[in-house]
Amino acid sequence: MTDVIALLRYPFIVNALVTGSAVAVAAAASGYFMVCRRATFAGHALPNIGFAGAAGAVLMGIEPVLGLFAITILAAIAMGVLARDLRDRDVTVGVIMTFALGLGFLFLALYSGYAQRVYGILFGSILGISVQASRLTVAAAAASLAGLALLYRPLLFSTFDPELAVARGVPVSLLSVLFLVILAVIASLAVQVMGALLLFTLLVGPAATATRIVKSPPAAIALATGLGLLYVWLGTMAAAANGTIPVSFCIASISFLVYLPVRLFVRPAARHREAPRHQRRTA
Amino acid sequence: MTIQLLASDIFRNAMIAGTIAAAVASLVGYFVVLRAQAFAAESLLDVSFAGATGAALFGVAPVLGAAILGLGAAFGIGAMGERARERDVEIGMVVSFALGLGIFFLSLYARGSALHATAGMSILFGSLLSVQPQDILRLSLLSAVVLAGLAGVFRPLLFSTTDPEAARARGVPVRLLSTLFLLILALAAAAGALAVGILLAAALLIAPAATAVRLTRRPSATLVLSLCLGVGIIWGGILISFLWPGRHPPVGFSVSTLAAAVYFIGVAASRRAYARREKTIIIGDSAETAQWTSRKESTKRLRSSVKEKPGPGVPSHRT
Repeated sequence: MTDVIALLRYPFIVNALVTGSAVAVAAAASGYFMVCRRATFAGHALPNIGFAGAAGAVLMGIEPVLGLFAITILAAIAMGVLARDLRDRDVTVGVIMTFALGLGFLFLALYSGYAQRVYGILFGSILGISVQASRLTVAAAAASLAGLALLYRPLLFSTFDPELAVARGVPVSLLSVLFLVILAVIASLAVQVMGALLLFTLLVGPAATATRIVKSPPAAIALATGLGLLYVWLGTMAAAANGTIPVSFCIASISFLVYLPVRLFVRPAARHREAPRHQRRTA
Repeated sequence: MTIQLLASDIFRNAMIAGTIAAAVASLVGYFVVLRAQAFAAESLLDVSFAGATGAALFGVAPVLGAAILGLGAAFGIGAMGERARERDVEIGMVVSFALGLGIFFLSLYARGSALHATAGMSILFGSLLSVQPQDILRLSLLSAVVLAGLAGVFRPLLFSTTDPEAARARGVPVRLLSTLFLLILALAAAAGALAVGILLAAALLIAPAATAVRLTRRPSATLVLSLCLGVGIIWGGILISFLWPGRHPPVGFSVSTLAAAVYFIGVAASRRAYARREKTIIIGDSAETAQWTSRKESTKRLRSSVKEKPGPGVPSHRT
């Protein structure tokens, strides 16, 4: 215990915790919608797609963040526009992701500098964040939370009852593109400080657990946020105290170990149990 | 120079391994696409990554680690996710944990050195150019198992994929088949990931079959087209990488780009064909009414034209 408190004296730990918390909050809120909209594959693909943008930017000598932004937002729009039904969406996301990874691989081969830097984008290390990158990430997390808050009602409506939403004149397809763009913004900024894997864990883990336990959307989002923060704090502390275990592995394990008993012993909350009406047939 | 390159062992081994991997992936991919399980396929590939790095750490053959972990994950996904929506989340959790495990093994295996990055990269992006004869042997053995398994469950699997309710009513064990298919997919993923890398295996599992499903209707035609596209994509990709003037682009890049190009051309072609067919039907109808053909004749024509009209977007795959 004294070890853990001593750790807080190091600026890099504090930095990691601040950035991690900001990303955890933004990821938990958007992760809730991601899980309910069944867009988990897109959430997995976007950070990986960002890798291509970052590798391209490094190759051209510009800021990796710009490349990340450009390619993830482009991919988010492409996914939203091209994918219409469930089967379509699945395949489109897969094809776009493999294409982007191939592109990233080409940039990497052309760059022939140290792969370490680009590798860091894929697997990232939260413990190596600079103060500047940390501020930028916190700002982006705040921006995407604001975006979600703005879209909250129509997004919720179009997530749980798309048919009725269409009938009421809610721009459902525009909303799904906008949601993917928000996801892309979070992915772009979070990926370069914590890696594609850790970001995906924070997107899916807390939300998957929370939707099983509580019923109403605000409660689920709040619970997911709490869980996300808990995972980040525990995981970072455990990894820093141990010294050899990667942070992303710690957080991924905690998230999985919390989810498993909840999945096995808690009956899903009624609100989230049924798939949206038009998708039910494919289940 | 070019001729020498094409005559080399490297080229020959890459072609053989690529062809086998592409053939298996495009056949298994048919069901992956029909069942909308691209995410499951991707996750099982990531699991193979974790299994392979873990096996390297413990000094076991990587393919063994990949296959064991992959089969375990497939079983878990199959047992846990009953509906597609739930499966989506289960798969996400499995991916996140598997990748974390992979990173953990990798960090133990090559702590802090540059090897860390290179080892991870080579498993992720594969190294078709460093395929050895014993890799080909292993790949063919696993592929034979996968294809035998697929052939064994082919008919009931197709039935339960295209019409799960009718299949269940006829007493086909739909749930069991779903898990069996995931197990087959896990083996295919392990074989593909180790032979050609996660990136190429994912591209070959999804793109050829997705294109074929859009362009054809009969399952046998779709399977043949998917096979041809898959093998064509990998041959084209390898040839482009070898014959490119100047600096050779990596095989992973040319194959995945070719796959994406084929898929999007397929999407465009199928949408175009669909629009054209709609148009001729409407024109044909109005011509009929104008000519006052006998009622019996016109209903017959109308019926046949309706029969030809595919469902919106994706052609129906009914046996």
